[in-house]
Amino acid sequence: MKIGIPKEIHQGEMRVATTPEAAAQIMKLGFSVSVESGAGLGANISDEAYKEAGVEIVTDTKTLWKQSDIIMKVRAPEHNLKLALEETDLLSSGACLISFIWPAQNEALMQKLAARHVTVLAMDSVPRMSRAQKLDALSSMANIAGYRAIVEAAQYFGRFFTGQITAAGKIPPAKVLVIGAGVAGLAAIGTAKGMGAIVRSFDTRPEVKEQIESMDAEFLMLDFKEEGGGTGGYAKTMSKEFIDAEMALFAEQAKEVDIIVTTALIPGRPAPKLITAAMVESMKAGSVIVDLAAEQGGNCELTEKDQVVVKHDVTLIGYTNLPSRLANQSSQLYATNLRHLLTELTPEKNGVINVNMDDEVIRGTTVIKEGNITWPPPAPKLSAAAAPQTEAPAYQSVVAQQKKSLLPPAVKQLLPAMIAGLILFSLGAVAPESFMAHFTVFVLACFVGYQVIWNVSHSLHTPLMSVTNAISSIIVIGALVQISTTNSTVTILAGVAILLASINIVGGFLVTRRMLEMFRK
Amino acid sequence: MSHSLVTMSYIVAAILFILSLSGLSNQETSRKGNYFGMLGMAIAIIATILGGSVSGQSALEITVFGTALSGSFTVYGILIVALLIGGSIGARAALKVEMTQMPELVAIMHSLVGMAAVLVGYANFMDSTITITGVEKTIHELEIYIGILIGAVTFSGSVIAFGKLSEKISGKPLLLPGRHWFNLCLLIATFVLGSVFLQQTELGGNALIPLAIMTAIALIFGVHMVMAIGGADMPVVISMLNSYSGWAAAATGFMLSNDLLIVTGALVGSSGAILSYIMCRAMNRNFISVIAGGFGSASGGVAAAIEGDVQPIDAEETAKLLQAAKNIMIIPGYGMAVAQAQHTVYEITKLLRDKGKKVRFGIHPVAGRMPGHMNVLLAEAKVPYDIVFEMDEINDDFANVDVSIVIGANDIVNPSALNDPNSPIAGMPVIECWKGETTIVLKRSMASGYAGVGNPLFVLENTRMLFGDANTTMQAVLKVLKG
Repeated sequence: MKIGIPKEIHQGEMRVATTPEAAAQIMKLGFSVSVESGAGLGANISDEAYKEAGVEIVTDTKTLWKQSDIIMKVRAPEHNLKLALEETDLLSSGACLISFIWPAQNEALMQKLAARHVTVLAMDSVPRMSRAQKLDALSSMANIAGYRAIVEAAQYFGRFFTGQITAAGKIPPAKVLVIGAGVAGLAAIGTAKGMGAIVRSFDTRPEVKEQIESMDAEFLMLDFKEEGGGTGGYAKTMSKEFIDAEMALFAEQAKEVDIIVTTALIPGRPAPKLITAAMVESMKAGSVIVDLAAEQGGNCELTEKDQVVVKHDVTLIGYTNLPSRLANQSSQLYATNLRHLLTELTPEKNGVINVNMDDEVIRGTTVIKEGNITWPPPAPKLSAAAAPQTEAPAYQSVVAQQKKSLLPPAVKQLLPAMIAGLILFSLGAVAPESFMAHFTVFVLACFVGYQVIWNVSHSLHTPLMSVTNAISSIIVIGALVQISTTNSTVTILAGVAILLASINIVGGFLVTRRMLEMFRK
Repeated sequence: MSHSLVTMSYIVAAILFILSLSGLSNQETSRKGNYFGMLGMAIAIIATILGGSVSGQSALEITVFGTALSGSFTVYGILIVALLIGGSIGARAALKVEMTQMPELVAIMHSLVGMAAVLVGYANFMDSTITITGVEKTIHELEIYIGILIGAVTFSGSVIAFGKLSEKISGKPLLLPGRHWFNLCLLIATFVLGSVFLQQTELGGNALIPLAIMTAIALIFGVHMVMAIGGADMPVVISMLNSYSGWAAAATGFMLSNDLLIVTGALVGSSGAILSYIMCRAMNRNFISVIAGGFGSASGGVAAAIEGDVQPIDAEETAKLLQAAKNIMIIPGYGMAVAQAQHTVYEITKLLRDKGKKVRFGIHPVAGRMPGHMNVLLAEAKVPYDIVFEMDEINDDFANVDVSIVIGANDIVNPSALNDPNSPIAGMPVIECWKGETTIVLKRSMASGYAGVGNPLFVLENTRMLFGDANTTMQAVLKVLKG
């Protein structure tokens, strides 16, 4: 089948849906790939680079759309001003479209697409499950947005991120607060940390605490019990009391920190307002707020979508195209996500896609199948964050194990000592003097052995076994003292014993030597 | 040589043996330790030979096919021939053996000690020159009885262990119905036969019959005991048999009133016991339940089904990850030795170390088939021992590890041992590689598919699976790293 990649027409969109590397991989699956001339320029990919990878370059937009069985895009189809027609109308009937769609927000577009009798796979609808991670474009883009948020902040922030002690004096490190530790939040934490800032983070979901701390950032605790984890690993709306406590925390932090990055989103709802005008006012002059939720209305009251504004001496960054501002990187990741999706779609590697609605990943991603709207998909079986395990079974098994033993633990502990004492007592009562002398030697040797062996390095346990093996052939002494008797059977028995033991002596010591020679620094 | 001088030599030999074992406490002194052991053994043998116990002529009559070949051999002749034959067989075995076959060699050598103990016991029993009476005689007879008992169990147990390790016998545990009762019957029979044996010796009757029956029972017991133990528990069994061979020597020492044998036997016996304990702890197994048998065949598979998807990776990506990493941990299992990948792994290690990366090996106590086996296999591949670490030394450090590579290991890196109380290996200490940034697991294939994987490590978010033969894939990685 033919795959077509048109040039993105959305204002300010620099990304492209495939790279030469990804295209080469896609062609291995049996597809042929065409790219509209100049599609990659925004991401610093020339037409020549595509050509080198074996991709066909098509100059006419209409031809590209018409000839392709599969169209891969970044943005959802929209009105093409240059050609004065809708991109949806360019799609040939029965074709397949893969791009971001946002079906919940774009109902009209969905109707239009359905009317075209096409199949549409929405990259924003990839189910959140571990198997689908490699095609999760939202995560890829969020990662980039988080990184870029810190880079943007650094540009408007008038100081170093890292603390330094210079000849001219001490420079304190910048303090960064990241609200919401999803993929974007964690990327922002990592980037800020990498630049040397002190990073704090807050999230309503307590399970991300460990992730935040693993990145060496501080998790801001709220002294309030409420689980914020919704289905599919996303956050949910919290109670009023919780939000009040949260706001008090932010108000306090705002006075202290230099940079705030907000990433709080609840699926299908406007972004929660977390940073009030009063908080912005309380911030130090020159502080920066990067609002990653600007598209959904912003987490900060004063954010203006797609604008950088200065209010109360605080710079507010409301860019919604952060991934596009790192176009090459985001194109690479997005292209890889698409390639993984195509791999899932063509299990036969024969260049023909199979939209298998029994496959949970493909089912979730497909929003229109041959003109029928299939969105929303049934609830996924797996939640990204596993439900906390109940500890009841563990507890039961412990109880069961304890029931098995009949003796009370105190008796059980003392039992070996009691038995040993009894044996020693009865032995001492009957054994003659000569035996006791040997027994003394025996017990002391056991203790010497115990002390010496515990010091043996674990790595030398095999040589230890072979050397003890050789040493235990000291039994040869027993045979030697018996060989000189008049009884010929005894002599033969002793002779054989000597033979066996000497195999062991020579073999044991030599193999130990061989092994020890191998150990080198 | 006077009797006192012989005793003095024995004391020196005993001290040398202790020094030999303590020399193994670290790598620098270990070779010296081995030489101490050789010296001790030489002193003991020479002192015994010169001490007057071995002397003169022995009239040896052998009847072959009805013809009496009565000849007069010097005892020294027999001695030298036996030592030469035995020594050359031993030397040949020691120089020929593959390092992967070490467990087999050790097992068969244990059996020789056991057999020698049995022979010495019988020789001592038949020796009519010993004249003691009363309680001392009873104790002496009892010592013979116990010495032969332990020797016979060690012998047959080790032979079976050898068979299992060299795969001449199936590694599956043989579970006879009512096997515990069977063992109990054998135990009672040995007690009964013991008292019969003592009675017969008192009365001057034929005590050889109960002794021979007991030997047969002990042999059966040894076979049955090791047959019931599964392949995974073999490290414990080898250590245990090592311990038995020591106790057999100690029992022989009591029989012959020889303190050197007692001391040496006790040293070896406690050494084996400690190793068994360490192995049991490393597998979170109770010593009694290992001996009772029936475990060790099921290495994974029965655990709760693990849901999720594995993320495969290819050699090229692996090489890229390694190139980007600073701190690398390699976790080998016995599968690495089976695939003969250790040399390739070391080539990679050398290359990465030359690039200034920190490469370490993390060894689980049960990674090989006997205690310390993996260290020997790595040493054979010329991996320097100062980058090889024990599980306890590196487990806390995984937060700083960028890439861990698991080669031919499964259970020793299974997180369900720690967090799934229903897992068959629950409670076993494991190498916590998942705490590092990325784990690459080398595996032949994912036989059980998406579900039903015994090891949740494989489906963790930061785990990548590199499928294929360990040696082939490692060679591919090496090629990319070099290229």
